[in-house]
Amino acid sequence: MTRKISILIVDDEESVRDSLYSWFIEDRYRVECAENAKVALSMLESESFDIILADIKMPGMDGMEMLRRIKAMRKESIVIMMTAFATVDTAVQALKDGAFDYVTKPFDPDDLSHLIRNAAKLITLADENVVLKEKVMMLENVEDLVGKSDAMQKVLGQVESVAQSNSSVIITGESGTGKELIAKAIHSNSPRKFFPLVSVHCGALTESLLESELFGHEKGAFTGAMYNRKGRFEMADSGTIFLDEIATISTKMQIELLRVLETKRFVRVGGNKEITSDFRVICATNKDLKNMVEKGTFREDLFYRLNVVNIHIPPLRERVGDIPLLVEYFIKKYCTSMNKPPIKIDSAALRRLEEFSFPGNVRELENMVERAIVIGNGKKIQVRDLPLEKNLIDSSAESLDDHEKNHIFQILTKYDWNITRSAKALKVDRVTLYNKIRKYELKSAEDK
Amino acid sequence: MIQQQITLISFGYFRKDILEVIAEEVKHQFLLPVIFREGRLDLSEFYDPARRQYNGNRLLKQVDAEFSSDEAKTLGLFSVDLFIPILTYIFGQAALNGRTGIASLYRLSNERYGIEPDDKLLLERFTKEVIHELGHTFGLVHCINPSCVMHSSNYVEDIDQKEQHLCMPCRHKISIPDFDD
Repeated sequence: MTRKISILIVDDEESVRDSLYSWFIEDRYRVECAENAKVALSMLESESFDIILADIKMPGMDGMEMLRRIKAMRKESIVIMMTAFATVDTAVQALKDGAFDYVTKPFDPDDLSHLIRNAAKLITLADENVVLKEKVMMLENVEDLVGKSDAMQKVLGQVESVAQSNSSVIITGESGTGKELIAKAIHSNSPRKFFPLVSVHCGALTESLLESELFGHEKGAFTGAMYNRKGRFEMADSGTIFLDEIATISTKMQIELLRVLETKRFVRVGGNKEITSDFRVICATNKDLKNMVEKGTFREDLFYRLNVVNIHIPPLRERVGDIPLLVEYFIKKYCTSMNKPPIKIDSAALRRLEEFSFPGNVRELENMVERAIVIGNGKKIQVRDLPLEKNLIDSSAESLDDHEKNHIFQILTKYDWNITRSAKALKVDRVTLYNKIRKYELKSAEDK
Repeated sequence: MIQQQITLISFGYFRKDILEVIAEEVKHQFLLPVIFREGRLDLSEFYDPARRQYNGNRLLKQVDAEFSSDEAKTLGLFSVDLFIPILTYIFGQAALNGRTGIASLYRLSNERYGIEPDDKLLLERFTKEVIHELGHTFGLVHCINPSCVMHSSNYVEDIDQKEQHLCMPCRHKISIPDFDD
């Protein structure tokens, strides 16, 4: 038992109340007694009991009427009716009115123990159910998706409506807007939620690696393939596959992907057995796929296959109103994980954050808050704790892209173009850094 | 523990050697002196002709009023079929954290269940029941450890499953040192 089960005994006979009281106390239950229905109902108004054991025949209000009133007050109450004069009609009526069980006095000691243990088991299961439901709810809400702005509410509304379907989804938005979180939210709210959500970061893999990653391979398919390996499509069976940075895949892979999406059948690299997998596909990109289709760098048929639903996540600078909520959320998140008491943010610091452009979007804000908690005084986040000085919107006439490009270049130069260290310093992942290098066509001195 | 001794009072005939074995085991479990008395009650006053059994609630009250004192834990030993109004039968009962309990060997003998008599088993069962009810008077509730004598037993078979002694946690709860201490 996870907690002490409480029992209310309602019987007009003192000896019955006393006997049951002693019996249950010895069995570690919390027990209270009431001598009639009126007293019991008034006790139930101020206190809740897990199990109510009530006599049917009592002076004044009888047990059957009390049962109906208890059920009206608290539908989930477990009420066991007792009587010395059993008739089939009253038993049937008691059960119809919602009684958990109906017993005839006197009981066999073992019957009473069993009856209460069964009821207690039901209560424990119900308690566990509540806990599990809360856990699932937490998952379903995906608490990282913070935002009350109209733009964010629209996104969440789309997530809700698209989740129940099987349609392919493309999530678009700048780096750091939380595309993967949206994919998780769709999956967690879908009927596929009890099956895997398998993520593939297409931009981080070469064509051959991506092929092996998606379709799996057979032993000996290529040098180093010492064992059979399941592909991500296979792993996502009954669940969802999330293809991040979909715009980066090669033309050959686009054809392969289209075929798999149409048939849901594929063959492992180096294999000849056809494998079927039932998955839903969600893609994400920070590129304009339609524009790529027009330029001929992305297949039109694949685009229409994937783009059944498009969810666009606005950049943080277009939903400034969400910044205080996000700051509050990240403070709570990081103070909890660092075992620190929750701290506040100075109003001037919050104002400065609201004025900032956030080229790295929510991820950048999150990193800033985390850093401020680490380096700050532990009481309040001040302006000096925030790395904003050089990046205020009104501090320069240059474009944001120019700022970002320069900053990335400086960091890369500082770390001798070591991608891992540079990405760490920039607090982005390696994939994002590679994308930025490609986007701004940055080259090291040696490559020029 | 306030009480400095345990008093076992027999109501009706019990063989002396049986009582001595029980007394020895009780003494061993609670580390208190155990004394015997013979008690006399007119059991017909507690007989319920409709149920053809003896009212355990009323017997407990009577033993407590007539034979118990604050200086001892008192347990009445009976050989009649006990009941309480809500249950078809009981092996015994006691006031939790009180000073009095009762136990009966009526339903502990094999003969009641159509099996060959077994005096040794009967003695073991009765000893366990006596220790169990005394445990309640010391404030112990039912123990989840299936081998502890304080584990709940509704059938004689349940009694046979458990040991004759209190488990360590139960001993600690009532400040009885470990056997090795």
